[in-house]
Amino acid sequence: MSMSKPPLLSVDNLTVDFHSAAGAFRATEGVSFSVDAGETLVILGESGSGKSVSASAIMGLIDTPPGEIVSGAISYRGEDLRTASEARRRAINGCKIAMIFQDPLSHLNPVYTIGWQLAEVFTAHRKASGEEARKRSIEILRRVGLPDPETRIDWYPHQFSGGQRQRIMIGMAIALGPELLIADEPTTALDVSVQAQILELLKDLQREEGLGIIMITHDLEVAANMADRIVVMKSGRIVEEGDARKVFDHPEHAYTRQLMSALPAHQEGDGPERGATEEPVLTVSHLCKSYTLSPGLFGGDPRVLKAVDDVSFTLKRGETLGIVGESGSGKSTIARVLLRLNDATSGEALFHGDDILKMDRRELLAFRRRVQMVFQDPYSSMNPRMNVFSIIAEPWKIHKDILPRAKWEARVAELLALVGLNADHARRFPHQFSGGQRQRIAIARALACDPEILVCDEAVSALDVSIQMQIIDLLGDLRDRLGLSYIFITHDLPIVRNFADRILVMKSGKVVEQSRTEELFRAPKDQYTRTLIEAAPKPKWEAASAA
Amino acid sequence: MFAYVFRRSIQSLIAVAGLLVLVFFLSRLTGDPAYLYLPLDSTPAQRDAFNELNGFNDPIYIQFGRYLLDLVQLDFGTALSRNRPAMEVTLQAFPETLKLAAIAMTLAIVMAIVVGSLAAARPNGFFDRIATTASLAGASAPDFWVAIVAILVFSVSLGLLPTSGTGTALHWIMPIGVLMLRPFGLLTQVVRGSMMGVLTSAYVKTARAKGVSGQKIVFVHALRNAMLPVVTVAGDLAATLVNGAVVIETIFGWPGIGKLMIDAILRRDFALIQSTVLVTAVAIFILNIVIDLIYAALDPRIRHQAA
Repeated sequence: MSMSKPPLLSVDNLTVDFHSAAGAFRATEGVSFSVDAGETLVILGESGSGKSVSASAIMGLIDTPPGEIVSGAISYRGEDLRTASEARRRAINGCKIAMIFQDPLSHLNPVYTIGWQLAEVFTAHRKASGEEARKRSIEILRRVGLPDPETRIDWYPHQFSGGQRQRIMIGMAIALGPELLIADEPTTALDVSVQAQILELLKDLQREEGLGIIMITHDLEVAANMADRIVVMKSGRIVEEGDARKVFDHPEHAYTRQLMSALPAHQEGDGPERGATEEPVLTVSHLCKSYTLSPGLFGGDPRVLKAVDDVSFTLKRGETLGIVGESGSGKSTIARVLLRLNDATSGEALFHGDDILKMDRRELLAFRRRVQMVFQDPYSSMNPRMNVFSIIAEPWKIHKDILPRAKWEARVAELLALVGLNADHARRFPHQFSGGQRQRIAIARALACDPEILVCDEAVSALDVSIQMQIIDLLGDLRDRLGLSYIFITHDLPIVRNFADRILVMKSGKVVEQSRTEELFRAPKDQYTRTLIEAAPKPKWEAASAA
Repeated sequence: MFAYVFRRSIQSLIAVAGLLVLVFFLSRLTGDPAYLYLPLDSTPAQRDAFNELNGFNDPIYIQFGRYLLDLVQLDFGTALSRNRPAMEVTLQAFPETLKLAAIAMTLAIVMAIVVGSLAAARPNGFFDRIATTASLAGASAPDFWVAIVAILVFSVSLGLLPTSGTGTALHWIMPIGVLMLRPFGLLTQVVRGSMMGVLTSAYVKTARAKGVSGQKIVFVHALRNAMLPVVTVAGDLAATLVNGAVVIETIFGWPGIGKLMIDAILRRDFALIQSTVLVTAVAIFILNIVIDLIYAALDPRIRHQAA
């Protein structure tokens, strides 16, 4: 051991605390791992598992206070980074060890051009300046696949798409040819097809430059796609580590096994064949919604954006319809139009034979009782100053005839039990709950009106994988017990595989394919559907054996 | 950008026109000017002749029509109290106010940026506590009281500074010092808050990961972003100063537009009231456009929205 070359980077027994008025919180405890050149180490964990803290510690990005590195060593090629001087740290950051982050928009400075921000990498490390730095920046942008880099180098971050911004971030990270790249959830905010491109780019760079990569993710598929070795973290500790394939195929720790069970590949068997009746609840035909974009100050033809373009479908009692599409596909607009939060441009939507789009105020009020919505972010869709009881009981204040005041208490307790919470949770406030629990409260509130249809708009997208599965199980259970119909809107095709009866794939406002779930996965008819299915990252070892 | 300035100017013009109408009628509610300009024992006939001469006997809509007609010809009337064209008197006083406002504002902004940034660098540190207390005191102390106490201390007791008036460099010290107190206090708090937010932002983290030096992070990455809310507040404060620091100019006998406006109102000098309001209104609208342009220069996202 003492004779062998030290690894590119090693972390030993790292313990980090965060101090607050409420006392010290231990973010990581005794975390150790190492990575070598040309190797990818994935740190897998859910939110709050301490995976990002470990990465920030490597870069010296933990603010002290409130953070405190209690113990442990971080060494780069045998050099202790914890005792390194400020200047030495700066010389390593960005030059030898670089980092990319989850949300590239907020991680790029909004008031400077991307060219300026790229050139800064060269100037900060005195590798180039002026024209030379600009020339090399253009080279880098071309390298990471940004189209037309000569022009776009003078653009600002907000002028790019999410995928392009991540390419720019990667460009900044690899500009000086670092030996180690730390990627903190680099594709979490991106669409699946863009995610596939970014992961490919990272692998290409690794192959060509011999980069060591530490990839932090909560996404099992991304982890399997990238990892040579995996470290699984939970509550600040490493619960399992080892060769990627071994961890995926033979997980040893109970927590890892629980995580792995959430993988679609582990849930074989055809979709649910349940008691969906033939009775249509909602029939939508030729629904259109277009927005007229402002023609600008000096006229010109106003442009029309067709957010929803001639969409038709039927939802039967007890059925789950998945609407799948990437951002901007118009999937959420459908929900907003059907609930009359926005007005449709044309089309028809029959709810038990009545056209929703033509309802007057009174009819609409009655209709909205029957159709309830669950949103993506249960925190921002709940009033933080109302306790759970008031949140759930609010519909009864509006629709006075549902339930007499005397029965509210008992019914709230019943609903909380139905979604797997306790009756004494009713007196607490939203911020006292975890993301998954908040989504349960949102579901309880939706159920308070005894709806027939539940519209879930990205209802599980903000949740951790293991929580996602719990919420989906809950929804499935409620569907069977209460005879609900679901419209389940998501960008994540695999998630609806075991949940939806039928799937509608949308792109640019149009329905490109609509078929039964098992059919769609077995024999996708449309090219775009195929792209979506294939964009889901495949395990590295499968790709290797196929090649 | 030209189109934007043009659009804003049209909007401003409408607002100024509305303001002038309002001022015209409101000022005439203050009473009969003849009582102020003629001796106390003047006869009704004398007063009537005075009003006839100045056109105050005509029905108010005729007077208004005449005012508009004159306005189109850039004739702003005669200041009764001084027997000179009202606009000439106004434009003589206005630069005095502008000089005072510009110096006080510049000093306040520069000091606020330095103090606020240093305070934000170490929140709750020793310097931060002092800066926060001082800025809070500055923002909340009533300026007329500070002005009077300052005169008492520096002029009456110590005899260091002149009590009022203009002339030497020493005359500037107290008016500027008192005038900048409030802007300095408010701006320091805005800079501090804004800077603290920006220093914990994601792009500052990126800069640290890139190996950029601490100084460059604060003064290049953070400052420009932190300045956005500061510009908004500074603009508002500057507008109140351009408006003539009425109280301060009166206390220190500063011959600016604020003091002129008070004099005009007290003497029922309608033409002078109208011309001072017109000048300050136009100045404030120009100031607002300039602030918007600064904002656009600082933040490309605004620039692209407006284009």
